[in-house]
Amino acid sequence: MSPVWRERAAKLAGYVIGFASLFAVWHIAAVYIVGSVLFPPPGRVVLKAIELARDGVLGEQIAVSMRRILTGFACGSLIGVPVGLAIGSFATVRRLLEPYTEFFRFIPATAMITVAVIWFGIGEGSKIFLITYTTVFIVILNTAAGVGAVTPNKIRAARSLGASRAQVFLYVALPATVPYILTGMRLAMGNSFVTIIAAELVAANAGLGKMIWDARLYMLVDQIFVALLVLGVLGFTTDRLFRWAIYTFAGRYSPVT
Amino acid sequence: MGAAPLVRLAGVSKVYRSLQGGDYVALRGFDLDIAAGELFCLLGTSGCGKTTALNIVAGFEAATGGTVEIGGHAIRGPGADRGVVFQGDDSLYPWLSALGNVEFGLKMRGVRRAQRDRQARSYLDLVGLKGQETKHPPELSGGMKQRIQIARVLANEPEILLMDEPFGALDAQTRAVMQQELVKIWRATGKTVLFITHDIDEAVTLATRIGVMRAGPESRLKGIIDVDLGPDERDRTNDRFVAVYRQVHEMIREEVAIAMRRAS
Repeated sequence: MSPVWRERAAKLAGYVIGFASLFAVWHIAAVYIVGSVLFPPPGRVVLKAIELARDGVLGEQIAVSMRRILTGFACGSLIGVPVGLAIGSFATVRRLLEPYTEFFRFIPATAMITVAVIWFGIGEGSKIFLITYTTVFIVILNTAAGVGAVTPNKIRAARSLGASRAQVFLYVALPATVPYILTGMRLAMGNSFVTIIAAELVAANAGLGKMIWDARLYMLVDQIFVALLVLGVLGFTTDRLFRWAIYTFAGRYSPVT
Repeated sequence: MGAAPLVRLAGVSKVYRSLQGGDYVALRGFDLDIAAGELFCLLGTSGCGKTTALNIVAGFEAATGGTVEIGGHAIRGPGADRGVVFQGDDSLYPWLSALGNVEFGLKMRGVRRAQRDRQARSYLDLVGLKGQETKHPPELSGGMKQRIQIARVLANEPEILLMDEPFGALDAQTRAVMQQELVKIWRATGKTVLFITHDIDEAVTLATRIGVMRAGPESRLKGIIDVDLGPDERDRTNDRFVAVYRQVHEMIREEVAIAMRRAS
């Protein structure tokens, strides 16, 4: 086996053992320590998940929540990246927009839920607004920081190699900032999961948060745990995708990982 | 000097304005002529303004007063006619391969892919990096990264290479190798080089002429020493090398003492 494959195998084995131990601890805690119907063991939760998946209920709730996250996340990133680039590149823009970013980033999206529902109703509008809100500031801040972190010599070198100002932006500032942008988006994705569940718990007609809330009303503890397990898996998967993107775009030597 | 110099600085001054009022005069009455094909070493103590002088020629900083010309034209901002090799490796683009870094300038100036690939490869060969084309800068050693910088500048075919202590961050052995390589490349290409250093040994090893700067502030050239040494005389143990070394040392000794006094 080549060293690369050995390293990969070791990494994979680490994950497998890590997750296996997580489920083992969960099982032991549920069965031998707590021993209550209020804390179901992993086996029962997985069976319940399969049952809900067969009915199509689970897939539907996942689709609803993920669609909200991805839409809001895309909107937030599409606004955040150019604004962050502008803030990082031009001092005037920074001075004009800093009051906004410095003010709103201290008001968490969860605090905006009630206002969002009053403004946009309990449907998609309020959810997409909240995810956009939670995404945009963190992407702006990271993007602007990335532009600021481009070393002056990179820009000077490009200028004396004949690059125009537009080319410096396109071929130097932008690629140097990509790892920071992706890191901002990765953090924003984590926040989006928090926000969507909170929003769906408070006011929604579908989604994983709504599923948790409904299950609570009828004491369907297994179903609550299915939603929690799914959140963990979805969050882990999207985060891996981001890490992969960061490594791929920025190479193995990106300044932030 | 018969022909008009390639680079001409006459009566150049550089003042850094401070918001507190105490202006700092880095250069005053700085004169320097560099002829085409020279390897000119600008030698000075730390803080004497030698990097400021290079930055003015590069167009990174504007002179406060005086004349700054290349090929008879006033210098306004950076340009592809003046290639800069920086001391550190932070000017390289880590997201590009060695080849990508070397062909950067050609790409910016719209050279077609096939041609810039060919040109970049030939300069990578020239600096001894054949076979490293696909490596990225963080995978390469300090000496190799400086070779990429030199190849990147040469591939762009500038009028003059501006080198700001390019080997200052390298270990002694690598530095000695790089000095020999630079002389070889300079001979092969016939390029004009302005080389900044604070190391007398390095200056005597490389230069056709050495300009010694006064200690800052208000620095200017103290004198110029012609280095009339053949390739096989550029050796620390050679008597003629030692004679030039002594001559340069004599000129700069006093400035070092002044700089030390001002720093303490």
